[in-house]
Amino acid sequence: MKKILVPFQNDEYKDLRSGDWVLLTGTIYTARDAAHKRMFETIQAGGSLPFNLHGQVIYYVGPTPPRPGQIIGSAGPTTSSRMDAYTPKLLEMGLKGMIGKGYRNEEVKKAIVQYGAVYFAAIGGSGALISKAIKQAELVAYEDLGTEAIRKLFVENFPVIVINDAHGGDLYEEGVARFRQ
Amino acid sequence: MRFIDYQTVVDAVAELCKQANFFLGKDVLTAFREALKKEKSEIGQDILKQLIRNAEVARTEFLPMCQDTGTAVFIVEVGSECHVSGGTLTNAINEGVRKGYKDHYLRHSMVRDPLGRKNTGDNTPAIIHYEFVEGDRLRIQLSAKGGGAENMSALKMLPPSAGIEGIKTFVIDVVKAAGPNACPPLVVGVGIGGNFEKCAYLAKKSLFRPIGDRHPDQNIRLLEEELIEEINRLGIGPQGLGGIDYRFGCQN
Repeated sequence: MKKILVPFQNDEYKDLRSGDWVLLTGTIYTARDAAHKRMFETIQAGGSLPFNLHGQVIYYVGPTPPRPGQIIGSAGPTTSSRMDAYTPKLLEMGLKGMIGKGYRNEEVKKAIVQYGAVYFAAIGGSGALISKAIKQAELVAYEDLGTEAIRKLFVENFPVIVINDAHGGDLYEEGVARFRQ
Repeated sequence: MRFIDYQTVVDAVAELCKQANFFLGKDVLTAFREALKKEKSEIGQDILKQLIRNAEVARTEFLPMCQDTGTAVFIVEVGSECHVSGGTLTNAINEGVRKGYKDHYLRHSMVRDPLGRKNTGDNTPAIIHYEFVEGDRLRIQLSAKGGGAENMSALKMLPPSAGIEGIKTFVIDVVKAAGPNACPPLVVGVGIGGNFEKCAYLAKKSLFRPIGDRHPDQNIRLLEEELIEEINRLGIGPQGLGGIDYRFGCQN
């Protein structure tokens, strides 16, 4: 398994290929469709975003509320296609990584290659296990969105797998083709 | 006539919400272990191991297995000699959901209307299907199914001439289209017959059967086996990353 520090400092994302298991350590941000919509509208209106996208990784997650004493609740990936409409714009602005699950549309896949980025999948249905990799969580913006608010997470060895790489690789296509009978 | 107190129903429903979100059913865990033995994809094996570990973490550390703690869907069998006293059964079930999701720190995913999308704040209203039966028992079953899987559901009106082949083709196409989005490995619920809404209900109801349970009718049982085999040949694998043991049960 490759160990990667995030946010990306330089072009490390270029070394990642579809099918690679990666352990992420560092700071990532959470955002789902409602937060994406707001960020997108903010960009359109010429406003400034709650955080600088340059080199960053966004995790598509709406966690369960933490119990008293817990850092965060269950925190597995949500379906990424919810974000597809907004993603190319964010990639254009410097976003380098996304963590979710499921297919991306053609526009997103093209933008991943064009701007250089990586789409990772976390394991859907393993939200309890992923929660253990999250060491800090801090509310950053859009508190009124509740579970969908933007949070800054510090993660240690968060296991993800590369689906779409910056070179056009697509594990959903390659993996299934290998095992189709 | 047997009387059941309103609060008894509320507490039982709250307990169900906890059970469904923190404790993986034995049938599912067994299916994960069986799949691990058969899976040929290394990535697939890794994922199945993570899912087994996830169930262990959820149980011991009291974290929900998935962050999508589901839409609360109930199938309720109400005996003709059974009466809930102190309020309506529907209110008791909704109150149980409210209590269960709040007390156990589960996520509220229900919105007031699909366009405004304002969260109701307590995961109600529950979706409740009633079946009226003989006897003095009240039987409440809950499925806390998440949106990722639910959103890949589909229904098709087929002419009788489509026959069994038409049904199979449709089921396989739906599973193929769902790919990784529904978080495979999956249990596929299939409803055949009735009308538009009855068919959808049959499909949902079939998900309440334990994995490995087979239909009593031999022809349908054969159809279930054939569908499992053909779906596993699609190569979708755990999480849609390629593999064989994609689906544990097909239930009609």
